[in-house]
Amino acid sequence: MATILSIQNLRKAYASGFEALKGVNLDIEEGEIIALLGPNGAGKTTLISTVCGITMPTSGTVTVAGFDILNNYRQARSLIGLVPQEIALEPFEKVINTVRFSRGLFGKGRKDSAVEDILKRLSLWDKRDNQIRELSGGMKRRVLIAKALAHEPRVLFLDEPTAGVDVELRKDMWGIVEQLRADGVTTILTTHYIEEAEAIADRVGVISKGEILLVEDKDTLMARMGKKQLDVQLTTQLDAVPDVLATYDLILGDGGWTLIYSYDVNAERTGITKLLTDVQASGLQLRDVVTRQSSLEDIFVSLVHQPEETG
Amino acid sequence: MNWTAIRAIYAFEMARFFRTIAQSLISPVLSTSLYFVVFGAAIGSRIDQVEGVSYGAFIVPGLIMLTVMTQGISNASFGIYFPKFIGTIYELLSAPVSFLEIVMGYVGAAATKAMFIGIIILITSFFFVDLDIQNPLAMIAFLLLTCVSFALFGFIIGIWASNFEQLQLVPLLVVTPLVFLGGSFYSISMLPPVWQAISMFNPVVYLISGFRWAFFGVEDVPIATSLFAIALFTSLCLGAVWWIFKTGWRIRQ
Repeated sequence: MATILSIQNLRKAYASGFEALKGVNLDIEEGEIIALLGPNGAGKTTLISTVCGITMPTSGTVTVAGFDILNNYRQARSLIGLVPQEIALEPFEKVINTVRFSRGLFGKGRKDSAVEDILKRLSLWDKRDNQIRELSGGMKRRVLIAKALAHEPRVLFLDEPTAGVDVELRKDMWGIVEQLRADGVTTILTTHYIEEAEAIADRVGVISKGEILLVEDKDTLMARMGKKQLDVQLTTQLDAVPDVLATYDLILGDGGWTLIYSYDVNAERTGITKLLTDVQASGLQLRDVVTRQSSLEDIFVSLVHQPEETG
Repeated sequence: MNWTAIRAIYAFEMARFFRTIAQSLISPVLSTSLYFVVFGAAIGSRIDQVEGVSYGAFIVPGLIMLTVMTQGISNASFGIYFPKFIGTIYELLSAPVSFLEIVMGYVGAAATKAMFIGIIILITSFFFVDLDIQNPLAMIAFLLLTCVSFALFGFIIGIWASNFEQLQLVPLLVVTPLVFLGGSFYSISMLPPVWQAISMFNPVVYLISGFRWAFFGVEDVPIATSLFAIALFTSLCLGAVWWIFKTGWRIRQ
Protein backbone atom coordinates (compact mmCIF):
# COMPACT_ATOMS: atom_id res chain seq x y z
CA MET A 1 0.00 0.00 0.00
CA ALA A 2 1.08 3.56 -0.66
CA THR A 3 2.26 5.84 2.08
CA ILE A 4 -0.28 8.59 2.60
CA LEU A 5 1.34 10.41 5.48
CA SER A 6 5.06 10.70 5.93
CA ILE A 7 6.62 12.37 8.95
CA GLN A 8 10.38 12.84 8.80
CA ASN A 9 12.49 13.92 11.73
CA LEU A 10 9.78 16.20 13.06
CA ARG A 11 10.81 18.44 15.92
CA LYS A 12 8.75 20.91 17.87
CA ALA A 13 10.13 23.16 20.56
CA TYR A 14 7.78 25.70 22.13
CA ALA A 15 8.83 29.24 22.93
CA SER A 16 9.22 28.20 26.57
CA GLY A 17 12.01 25.88 25.42
CA PHE A 18 9.97 22.76 26.05
CA GLU A 19 10.70 20.18 23.39
CA ALA A 20 7.40 18.42 22.71
CA LEU A 21 8.60 16.41 19.72
CA LYS A 22 12.18 15.16 19.47
CA GLY A 23 12.64 13.96 15.93
CA VAL A 24 9.57 11.91 15.13
CA ASN A 25 9.64 9.59 12.11
CA LEU A 26 6.44 7.89 11.06
CA ASP A 27 5.05 6.58 7.80
CA ILE A 28 1.38 5.82 7.60
CA GLU A 29 -0.09 3.61 4.91
CA GLU A 30 -3.23 4.51 3.06
CA GLY A 31 -6.32 2.88 4.51
CA GLU A 32 -4.87 1.73 7.80
CA ILE A 33 -5.95 2.51 11.33
CA ILE A 34 -3.07 3.40 13.54
CA ALA A 35 -3.34 4.06 17.26
CA LEU A 36 -0.83 6.28 19.02
CA LEU A 37 -0.59 5.33 22.63
CA GLY A 38 1.11 7.44 25.17
CA PRO A 39 0.77 8.92 28.63
CA ASN A 40 -0.37 12.50 29.20
CA GLY A 41 2.17 14.99 27.89
CA ALA A 42 3.83 12.44 25.62
CA GLY A 43 3.43 14.70 22.58
CA LYS A 44 0.43 13.02 20.94
CA THR A 45 -1.61 16.18 20.55
CA THR A 46 1.42 18.24 19.51
CA LEU A 47 2.16 15.69 16.81
CA ILE A 48 -1.40 15.92 15.49
CA SER A 49 -1.51 19.71 15.80
CA THR A 50 1.71 20.06 13.84
CA VAL A 51 0.60 17.79 11.03
CA CYS A 52 -2.73 19.60 10.82
CA GLY A 53 -1.24 23.10 10.75
CA ILE A 54 -2.29 24.33 14.19
CA THR A 55 1.28 24.59 15.41
CA MET A 56 4.36 25.23 13.30
CA PRO A 57 7.10 22.60 13.22
CA THR A 58 10.54 23.67 14.45
CA SER A 59 12.19 21.40 11.90
CA GLY A 60 11.50 18.30 9.87
CA THR A 61 9.09 17.58 7.05
CA VAL A 62 5.60 16.21 6.81
CA THR A 63 3.90 15.26 3.56
CA VAL A 64 0.33 14.18 2.95
CA ALA A 65 -0.10 12.21 -0.26
CA GLY A 66 3.15 13.81 -1.37
CA PHE A 67 2.09 17.38 -0.52
CA ASP A 68 4.30 19.21 1.95
CA ILE A 69 2.28 20.62 4.85
CA LEU A 70 4.07 23.98 4.63
CA ASN A 71 4.79 24.53 0.93
CA ASN A 72 1.62 22.85 -0.36
CA TYR A 73 -0.55 23.45 2.67
CA ARG A 74 -3.74 23.86 0.67
CA GLN A 75 -3.54 20.45 -0.98
CA ALA A 76 -2.19 18.80 2.17
CA ARG A 77 -4.80 20.21 4.54
CA SER A 78 -7.74 19.59 2.25
CA LEU A 79 -6.94 15.87 2.55
CA ILE A 80 -7.02 15.94 6.34
CA GLY A 81 -9.89 15.93 8.80
CA LEU A 82 -9.29 16.63 12.47
CA VAL A 83 -11.40 15.72 15.47
CA PRO A 84 -9.93 17.59 18.43
CA GLN A 85 -9.68 16.31 21.94
CA GLU A 86 -11.74 19.04 23.56
CA ILE A 87 -15.28 19.71 22.48
CA ALA A 88 -15.10 23.06 20.69
CA LEU A 89 -18.28 24.09 18.92
CA GLU A 90 -20.24 27.27 18.30
CA PRO A 91 -22.99 26.77 20.90
CA PHE A 92 -25.78 28.76 19.27
CA GLU A 93 -25.43 27.44 15.75
CA LYS A 94 -27.49 24.61 14.29
CA VAL A 95 -25.83 21.25 13.75
CA ILE A 96 -26.36 21.24 10.00
CA ASN A 97 -25.00 24.77 9.58
CA THR A 98 -21.76 24.06 11.40
CA VAL A 99 -21.22 20.98 9.25
CA ARG A 100 -21.94 22.99 6.10
CA PHE A 101 -19.54 25.65 7.34
CA SER A 102 -16.76 23.10 7.76
CA ARG A 103 -17.32 21.79 4.25
CA GLY A 104 -17.14 25.29 2.79
CA LEU A 105 -14.15 26.25 4.90
CA PHE A 106 -12.25 23.34 3.41
CA GLY A 107 -13.05 24.58 -0.05
CA LYS A 108 -15.80 22.17 -1.03
CA GLY A 109 -18.91 23.57 -2.62
CA ARG A 110 -22.26 23.16 -0.95
CA LYS A 111 -23.60 19.66 -1.47
CA ASP A 112 -26.59 18.86 0.70
CA SER A 113 -26.61 15.16 -0.17
CA ALA A 114 -23.05 14.74 1.15
CA VAL A 115 -23.88 16.57 4.39
CA GLU A 116 -27.06 14.55 4.79
CA ASP A 117 -25.13 11.31 4.29
CA ILE A 118 -22.58 12.24 6.97
CA LEU A 119 -25.22 13.33 9.45
CA LYS A 120 -27.18 10.13 8.92
CA ARG A 121 -24.13 7.96 9.38
CA LEU A 122 -23.40 9.67 12.66
CA SER A 123 -27.04 9.44 13.80
CA LEU A 124 -27.28 13.23 13.81
CA TRP A 125 -29.85 13.67 11.07
CA ASP A 126 -32.74 13.97 13.55
CA LYS A 127 -30.81 16.63 15.44
CA ARG A 128 -29.77 18.63 12.40
CA ASP A 129 -31.86 21.66 13.29
CA ASN A 130 -30.97 21.64 16.99
CA GLN A 131 -28.66 24.24 18.38
CA ILE A 132 -25.42 22.62 19.47
CA ARG A 133 -25.82 23.72 23.08
CA GLU A 134 -28.93 21.52 23.29
CA LEU A 135 -26.98 18.35 22.55
CA SER A 136 -25.50 15.86 24.98
CA GLY A 137 -21.74 15.47 25.28
CA GLY A 138 -21.77 12.33 23.16
CA MET A 139 -23.78 14.03 20.45
CA LYS A 140 -21.38 16.96 20.43
CA ARG A 141 -18.54 14.56 19.84
CA ARG A 142 -20.43 13.18 16.88
CA VAL A 143 -20.84 16.72 15.54
CA LEU A 144 -17.07 17.16 15.78
CA ILE A 145 -16.61 14.01 13.72
CA ALA A 146 -19.24 15.12 11.22
CA LYS A 147 -17.41 18.44 10.81
CA ALA A 148 -14.11 16.66 10.30
CA LEU A 149 -15.67 14.44 7.64
CA ALA A 150 -17.65 17.19 5.92
CA HIS A 151 -15.05 17.77 3.22
CA GLU A 152 -14.54 14.04 2.59
CA PRO A 153 -10.93 13.82 3.81
CA ARG A 154 -8.66 10.88 3.08
CA VAL A 155 -6.88 11.07 6.40
CA LEU A 156 -8.71 11.45 9.68
CA PHE A 157 -7.11 12.39 12.97
CA LEU A 158 -9.02 11.48 16.08
CA ASP A 159 -7.43 13.00 19.15
CA GLU A 160 -8.66 10.88 22.03
CA PRO A 161 -12.11 10.39 20.55
CA THR A 162 -13.44 8.39 23.43
CA ALA A 163 -12.04 10.26 26.42
CA GLY A 164 -14.86 10.60 28.91
CA VAL A 165 -17.32 8.78 26.68
CA ASP A 166 -19.54 5.98 27.95
CA VAL A 167 -19.02 2.39 26.88
CA GLU A 168 -21.89 2.30 24.43
CA LEU A 169 -20.81 5.43 22.61
CA ARG A 170 -17.24 4.19 22.58
CA LYS A 171 -18.37 1.06 20.76
CA ASP A 172 -20.32 3.28 18.35
CA MET A 173 -17.20 5.31 17.67
CA TRP A 174 -15.26 2.16 16.92
CA GLY A 175 -18.03 1.20 14.52
CA ILE A 176 -17.73 4.56 12.79
CA VAL A 177 -13.98 4.12 12.41
CA GLU A 178 -14.52 0.63 10.95
CA GLN A 179 -16.98 2.08 8.48
CA LEU A 180 -14.50 4.76 7.46
CA ARG A 181 -11.89 2.12 6.86
CA ALA A 182 -14.30 0.46 4.45
CA ASP A 183 -14.41 3.77 2.56
CA GLY A 184 -10.63 3.83 2.41
CA VAL A 185 -10.13 6.60 4.96
CA THR A 186 -6.86 6.39 6.84
CA THR A 187 -7.38 6.94 10.55
CA ILE A 188 -4.84 8.04 13.10
CA LEU A 189 -6.14 8.05 16.63
CA THR A 190 -4.53 8.84 19.91
CA THR A 191 -5.75 7.21 23.01
CA HIS A 192 -5.10 6.42 26.62
CA TYR A 193 -7.24 3.35 26.40
CA ILE A 194 -5.27 0.28 25.51
CA GLU A 195 -8.42 -1.67 24.81
CA GLU A 196 -9.29 0.88 22.16
CA ALA A 197 -6.03 0.29 20.32
CA GLU A 198 -6.44 -3.43 20.80
CA ALA A 199 -9.98 -3.34 19.47
CA ILE A 200 -9.63 -1.29 16.30
CA ALA A 201 -6.06 -0.53 15.30
CA ASP A 202 -4.03 -2.29 12.64
CA ARG A 203 -0.82 -0.82 13.95
CA VAL A 204 0.15 0.62 17.27
CA GLY A 205 2.67 3.35 17.91
CA VAL A 206 3.91 4.08 21.38
CA ILE A 207 4.94 7.66 22.03
CA SER A 208 6.56 8.95 25.18
CA LYS A 209 8.38 12.18 25.99
CA GLY A 210 8.24 13.37 22.40
CA GLU A 211 9.68 10.24 20.87
CA ILE A 212 8.11 7.32 19.09
CA LEU A 213 9.36 4.31 20.99
CA LEU A 214 7.92 1.79 18.60
CA VAL A 215 5.48 1.32 15.78
CA GLU A 216 4.40 -2.15 14.98
CA ASP A 217 1.64 -4.27 13.62
CA LYS A 218 -0.66 -4.86 16.54
CA ASP A 219 -0.73 -8.62 16.28
CA THR A 220 3.02 -8.89 15.73
CA LEU A 221 3.59 -6.58 18.64
CA MET A 222 1.45 -8.60 20.93
CA ALA A 223 2.99 -11.83 19.77
CA ARG A 224 6.52 -10.49 19.95
CA MET A 225 6.25 -8.71 23.20
CA GLY A 226 3.63 -10.97 24.65
CA LYS A 227 4.40 -13.05 27.64
CA LYS A 228 2.08 -15.89 28.40
CA GLN A 229 1.12 -17.32 31.70
CA LEU A 230 0.23 -20.90 32.38
CA ASP A 231 -1.95 -21.49 35.41
CA VAL A 232 -1.76 -25.03 36.67
CA GLN A 233 -4.73 -25.52 38.95
CA LEU A 234 -4.39 -28.30 41.46
CA THR A 235 -6.73 -30.58 43.35
CA THR A 236 -4.74 -30.10 46.54
CA GLN A 237 -3.70 -26.94 48.29
CA LEU A 238 0.03 -26.28 48.65
CA ASP A 239 1.95 -24.26 51.27
CA ALA A 240 4.96 -23.77 49.04
CA VAL A 241 6.23 -24.59 45.58
CA PRO A 242 7.63 -28.16 45.76
CA ASP A 243 11.44 -28.31 45.61
CA VAL A 244 11.42 -30.49 42.52
CA LEU A 245 9.78 -27.60 40.61
CA ALA A 246 12.12 -24.91 41.92
CA THR A 247 13.88 -24.38 38.56
CA TYR A 248 10.68 -23.06 36.90
CA ASP A 249 10.36 -19.83 38.94
CA LEU A 250 6.79 -20.71 39.74
CA ILE A 251 4.53 -18.48 41.78
CA LEU A 252 2.00 -19.96 44.08
CA GLY A 253 -1.36 -18.33 43.47
CA ASP A 254 -5.01 -18.62 44.39
CA GLY A 255 -4.20 -19.38 48.02
CA GLY A 256 -2.03 -22.35 47.12
CA TRP A 257 -4.39 -23.96 44.63
CA THR A 258 -2.57 -22.76 41.50
CA LEU A 259 0.99 -22.81 40.22
CA ILE A 260 1.66 -19.89 37.88
CA TYR A 261 4.30 -20.29 35.19
CA SER A 262 5.42 -17.41 32.91
CA TYR A 263 6.96 -18.16 29.57
CA ASP A 264 7.87 -16.50 26.32
CA VAL A 265 5.61 -17.54 23.43
CA ASN A 266 8.41 -16.99 20.96
CA ALA A 267 11.07 -18.97 22.77
CA GLU A 268 12.21 -22.14 21.02
CA ARG A 269 11.34 -24.14 24.07
CA THR A 270 8.57 -22.87 26.23
CA GLY A 271 9.24 -25.54 28.85
CA ILE A 272 5.57 -26.42 29.14
CA THR A 273 5.94 -30.12 28.35
CA LYS A 274 8.77 -30.53 30.80
CA LEU A 275 6.93 -28.59 33.50
CA LEU A 276 3.80 -30.64 33.15
CA THR A 277 5.81 -33.87 33.16
CA ASP A 278 7.59 -32.77 36.33
CA VAL A 279 4.31 -31.73 37.95
CA GLN A 280 2.92 -35.18 37.22
CA ALA A 281 6.09 -36.83 38.51
CA SER A 282 5.81 -34.89 41.77
CA GLY A 283 2.50 -36.62 42.32
CA LEU A 284 0.28 -33.54 42.07
CA GLN A 285 -3.15 -33.95 40.51
CA LEU A 286 -4.23 -31.37 37.91
CA ARG A 287 -7.69 -29.90 38.04
CA ASP A 288 -7.32 -27.54 35.08
CA VAL A 289 -4.72 -25.81 32.94
CA VAL A 290 -5.27 -22.26 31.72
CA THR A 291 -3.06 -20.02 29.57
CA ARG A 292 -3.33 -16.26 29.50
CA GLN A 293 -1.82 -13.76 27.04
CA SER A 294 -0.54 -10.51 28.49
CA SER A 295 -2.42 -7.50 27.16
CA LEU A 296 -1.23 -4.53 25.19
CA GLU A 297 -1.49 -2.63 28.42
CA ASP A 298 1.27 -4.67 30.05
CA ILE A 299 3.42 -4.15 26.97
CA PHE A 300 2.71 -0.45 26.98
CA VAL A 301 3.51 0.00 30.63
CA SER A 302 6.75 -1.93 30.31
CA LEU A 303 7.78 0.15 27.27
CA VAL A 304 6.99 3.53 28.74
CA HIS A 305 8.64 2.77 32.04
CA GLN A 306 11.72 1.08 30.65
CA PRO A 307 13.76 4.23 29.97
CA GLU A 308 13.19 5.45 33.50
CA GLU A 309 14.34 2.19 34.99
CA THR A 310 17.50 2.02 32.93
CA GLY A 311 18.20 5.72 33.05
CA MET B 1 -7.81 32.20 -3.69
CA ASN B 2 -10.22 29.92 -1.84
CA TRP B 3 -13.44 31.86 -2.45
CA THR B 4 -15.59 29.01 -1.16
CA ALA B 5 -13.88 29.28 2.22
CA ILE B 6 -14.18 33.06 2.32
CA ARG B 7 -17.87 32.76 1.55
CA ALA B 8 -18.27 30.07 4.24
CA ILE B 9 -16.67 32.27 6.91
CA TYR B 10 -18.63 35.30 5.76
CA ALA B 11 -21.95 33.45 5.76
CA PHE B 12 -21.26 31.88 9.16
CA GLU B 13 -20.47 35.27 10.69
CA MET B 14 -23.47 36.91 9.09
CA ALA B 15 -25.65 34.11 10.47
CA ARG B 16 -24.57 35.15 13.97
CA PHE B 17 -25.73 38.67 13.16
CA PHE B 18 -29.09 37.55 11.84
CA ARG B 19 -29.67 35.24 14.80
CA THR B 20 -29.68 38.31 16.99
CA ILE B 21 -31.10 40.68 14.40
CA ALA B 22 -33.48 42.31 16.88
CA GLN B 23 -30.81 43.37 19.35
CA SER B 24 -28.43 44.12 16.50
CA LEU B 25 -30.85 46.71 15.17
CA ILE B 26 -32.89 47.90 18.12
CA SER B 27 -29.96 49.09 20.17
CA PRO B 28 -28.38 51.36 17.52
CA VAL B 29 -31.79 52.72 16.50
CA LEU B 30 -32.69 53.40 20.10
CA SER B 31 -29.40 55.02 21.00
CA THR B 32 -29.44 57.15 17.87
CA SER B 33 -32.95 58.32 18.67
CA LEU B 34 -31.79 59.23 22.16
CA TYR B 35 -28.91 61.25 20.75
CA PHE B 36 -31.32 63.12 18.51
CA VAL B 37 -33.64 63.84 21.41
CA VAL B 38 -30.87 64.96 23.77
CA PHE B 39 -28.42 66.66 21.42
CA GLY B 40 -30.69 67.51 18.54
CA ALA B 41 -33.85 68.63 20.28
CA ALA B 42 -32.86 69.58 23.83
CA ILE B 43 -29.41 71.09 23.34
CA GLY B 44 -29.68 71.73 19.61
CA SER B 45 -32.63 74.05 20.11
CA ARG B 46 -30.22 76.45 21.83
CA ILE B 47 -27.63 76.21 19.09
CA ASP B 48 -28.66 77.92 15.89
CA GLN B 49 -26.48 76.53 13.23
CA VAL B 50 -23.01 75.10 12.88
CA GLU B 51 -21.25 76.14 9.70
CA GLY B 52 -24.53 76.82 8.04
CA VAL B 53 -26.09 73.51 8.93
CA SER B 54 -28.79 73.03 11.55
CA TYR B 55 -27.32 71.39 14.65
CA GLY B 56 -29.61 68.36 14.43
CA ALA B 57 -28.44 67.60 10.90
CA PHE B 58 -24.84 68.53 11.73
CA ILE B 59 -24.48 65.68 14.24
CA VAL B 60 -25.82 63.00 11.85
CA PRO B 61 -22.46 62.16 10.18
CA GLY B 62 -20.72 62.10 13.57
CA LEU B 63 -23.38 59.83 15.03
CA ILE B 64 -23.12 57.43 12.12
CA MET B 65 -19.33 57.43 12.36
CA LEU B 66 -19.44 56.88 16.12
CA THR B 67 -21.64 53.82 15.72
CA VAL B 68 -19.94 52.45 12.63
CA MET B 69 -16.49 52.64 14.19
CA THR B 70 -17.49 50.99 17.45
CA GLN B 71 -19.60 48.37 15.63
CA GLY B 72 -16.84 47.60 13.14
CA ILE B 73 -14.35 47.10 15.94
CA SER B 74 -16.60 45.11 18.24
CA ASN B 75 -17.96 42.85 15.49
CA ALA B 76 -14.57 41.97 14.07
CA SER B 77 -12.80 41.67 17.41
CA PHE B 78 -15.53 39.47 18.82
CA GLY B 79 -15.76 37.49 15.58
CA ILE B 80 -12.16 36.32 15.77
CA TYR B 81 -11.81 36.32 19.56
CA PHE B 82 -14.83 34.06 20.12
CA PRO B 83 -13.34 31.09 18.19
CA LYS B 84 -10.15 31.57 20.18
CA PHE B 85 -12.14 31.62 23.41
CA ILE B 86 -14.32 28.57 22.72
CA GLY B 87 -11.58 26.67 20.90
CA THR B 88 -13.11 26.43 17.43
CA ILE B 89 -10.08 28.30 16.06
CA TYR B 90 -8.51 24.86 15.55
CA GLU B 91 -10.70 24.42 12.52
CA LEU B 92 -9.64 27.71 10.92
CA LEU B 93 -5.99 26.91 11.50
CA SER B 94 -6.26 23.41 10.07
CA ALA B 95 -8.28 24.49 7.04
CA PRO B 96 -6.69 24.98 3.61
CA VAL B 97 -7.11 28.74 3.84
CA SER B 98 -4.57 31.53 3.90
CA PHE B 99 -4.58 34.16 6.59
CA LEU B 100 -5.69 36.67 3.96
CA GLU B 101 -8.79 34.60 3.31
CA ILE B 102 -9.55 34.38 7.02
CA VAL B 103 -9.20 38.16 7.27
CA MET B 104 -11.42 38.71 4.24
CA GLY B 105 -14.14 36.50 5.67
CA TYR B 106 -14.17 37.99 9.16
CA VAL B 107 -13.45 41.59 8.28
CA GLY B 108 -15.85 41.45 5.35
CA ALA B 109 -18.66 40.24 7.59
CA ALA B 110 -17.87 42.71 10.36
CA ALA B 111 -17.71 45.60 7.89
CA THR B 112 -21.00 44.52 6.33
CA LYS B 113 -22.73 44.52 9.71
CA ALA B 114 -21.30 47.94 10.57
CA MET B 115 -22.36 49.29 7.17
CA PHE B 116 -25.82 47.85 7.65
CA ILE B 117 -26.20 49.55 11.01
CA GLY B 118 -24.76 52.79 9.64
CA ILE B 119 -27.42 52.84 6.96
CA ILE B 120 -30.14 52.04 9.51
CA ILE B 121 -29.02 55.06 11.55
CA LEU B 122 -29.02 57.23 8.46
CA ILE B 123 -32.59 56.13 7.73
CA THR B 124 -33.58 56.76 11.36
CA SER B 125 -32.14 60.26 11.21
CA PHE B 126 -34.46 61.15 8.34
CA PHE B 127 -37.29 60.90 10.86
CA PHE B 128 -35.72 63.59 13.04
CA VAL B 129 -34.02 66.07 10.75
CA ASP B 130 -34.06 67.34 7.19
CA LEU B 131 -31.07 65.93 5.42
CA ASP B 132 -29.79 66.81 2.01
CA ILE B 133 -26.78 64.70 1.12
CA GLN B 134 -24.59 66.58 -1.33
CA ASN B 135 -22.20 63.81 -2.36
CA PRO B 136 -24.03 60.49 -1.90
CA LEU B 137 -21.32 58.49 -3.65
CA ALA B 138 -18.54 60.02 -1.58
CA MET B 139 -20.66 59.46 1.50
CA ILE B 140 -21.06 55.74 0.71
CA ALA B 141 -17.37 55.43 -0.15
CA PHE B 142 -16.31 57.07 3.14
CA LEU B 143 -18.72 54.90 5.07
CA LEU B 144 -17.43 51.76 3.40
CA LEU B 145 -13.78 52.65 3.94
CA THR B 146 -14.42 53.44 7.57
CA CYS B 147 -16.30 50.17 8.09
CA VAL B 148 -13.50 48.15 6.51
CA SER B 149 -10.63 49.91 8.22
CA PHE B 150 -12.19 49.77 11.68
CA ALA B 151 -13.17 46.15 11.17
CA LEU B 152 -9.53 45.49 10.33
CA PHE B 153 -8.52 47.32 13.48
CA GLY B 154 -11.04 45.25 15.44
CA PHE B 155 -9.68 42.06 13.95
CA ILE B 156 -6.21 42.96 15.21
CA ILE B 157 -7.62 43.65 18.68
CA GLY B 158 -9.42 40.30 18.61
CA ILE B 159 -6.20 38.48 17.73
CA TRP B 160 -4.30 40.38 20.41
CA ALA B 161 -6.82 40.01 23.23
CA SER B 162 -6.34 37.07 25.53
CA ASN B 163 -9.40 37.77 27.68
CA PHE B 164 -12.69 39.63 27.54
CA GLU B 165 -11.34 42.61 29.49
CA GLN B 166 -8.67 43.22 26.88
CA LEU B 167 -11.28 42.85 24.19
CA GLN B 168 -13.19 45.78 25.70
CA LEU B 169 -10.14 47.80 26.69
CA VAL B 170 -9.17 49.41 23.39
CA PRO B 171 -12.72 50.29 22.27
CA LEU B 172 -13.52 51.79 25.68
CA LEU B 173 -10.29 53.54 26.54
CA VAL B 174 -9.07 54.59 23.12
CA VAL B 175 -11.75 54.59 20.48
CA THR B 176 -14.69 56.09 22.36
CA PRO B 177 -12.70 59.11 23.62
CA LEU B 178 -11.15 59.65 20.20
CA VAL B 179 -14.54 59.56 18.55
CA PHE B 180 -16.14 61.91 21.08
CA LEU B 181 -13.18 64.28 20.84
CA GLY B 182 -13.09 63.90 17.08
CA GLY B 183 -15.85 66.38 16.41
CA SER B 184 -18.81 64.01 16.35
CA PHE B 185 -21.06 66.59 17.98
CA TYR B 186 -19.24 69.81 17.21
CA SER B 187 -17.03 71.49 14.70
CA ILE B 188 -13.34 71.59 15.53
CA SER B 189 -13.46 75.31 14.76
CA MET B 190 -15.65 75.76 17.85
CA LEU B 191 -12.71 74.76 20.09
CA PRO B 192 -10.08 77.11 21.56
CA PRO B 193 -6.92 77.24 19.37
CA VAL B 194 -4.89 74.99 21.70
CA TRP B 195 -7.47 72.23 21.55
CA GLN B 196 -7.81 72.68 17.83
CA ALA B 197 -4.08 72.00 17.50
CA ILE B 198 -4.29 68.97 19.77
CA SER B 199 -7.27 67.65 17.83
CA MET B 200 -5.17 67.50 14.70
CA PHE B 201 -3.40 64.50 16.25
CA ASN B 202 -6.71 62.67 16.52
CA PRO B 203 -7.16 60.51 13.41
CA VAL B 204 -10.91 60.38 13.89
CA VAL B 205 -11.16 64.13 13.24
CA TYR B 206 -10.16 63.52 9.63
CA LEU B 207 -12.66 60.74 9.15
CA ILE B 208 -15.59 62.65 10.57
CA SER B 209 -14.60 65.79 8.72
CA GLY B 210 -14.44 63.94 5.42
CA PHE B 211 -17.70 62.18 6.05
CA ARG B 212 -19.39 65.46 7.00
CA TRP B 213 -18.02 67.05 3.84
CA ALA B 214 -19.81 64.34 1.82
CA PHE B 215 -23.05 65.32 3.54
CA PHE B 216 -22.89 69.10 3.68
CA GLY B 217 -19.83 70.21 1.75
CA VAL B 218 -18.37 71.67 4.95
CA GLU B 219 -15.13 70.43 6.43
CA ASP B 220 -12.82 70.92 9.40
CA VAL B 221 -9.81 69.78 7.41
CA PRO B 222 -9.39 69.64 3.61
CA ILE B 223 -11.03 66.60 2.05
CA ALA B 224 -7.72 65.46 0.53
CA THR B 225 -6.22 65.35 4.03
CA SER B 226 -9.19 63.29 5.18
CA LEU B 227 -8.69 60.82 2.36
CA PHE B 228 -5.00 60.62 3.11
CA ALA B 229 -5.73 60.00 6.80
CA ILE B 230 -8.14 57.13 6.17
CA ALA B 231 -5.78 55.63 3.60
CA LEU B 232 -2.96 55.82 6.14
CA PHE B 233 -5.04 54.22 8.87
CA THR B 234 -6.16 51.43 6.54
CA SER B 235 -2.56 50.85 5.44
CA LEU B 236 -1.36 50.67 9.04
CA CYS B 237 -4.02 48.08 9.84
CA LEU B 238 -3.19 46.09 6.73
CA GLY B 239 0.49 46.22 7.66
CA ALA B 240 -0.28 44.94 11.16
CA VAL B 241 -2.45 42.15 9.75
CA TRP B 242 0.32 41.21 7.32
CA TRP B 243 2.80 41.07 10.18
CA ILE B 244 0.45 38.86 12.21
CA PHE B 245 0.14 36.63 9.17
CA LYS B 246 3.92 36.43 8.78
CA THR B 247 4.69 35.66 12.38
CA GLY B 248 1.60 33.72 13.41
CA TRP B 249 1.49 36.05 16.42
CA ARG B 250 -0.98 34.92 19.09
CA ILE B 251 -2.63 32.39 16.80
CA ARG B 252 -0.18 29.79 15.60
CA GLN B 253 2.58 28.69 17.94
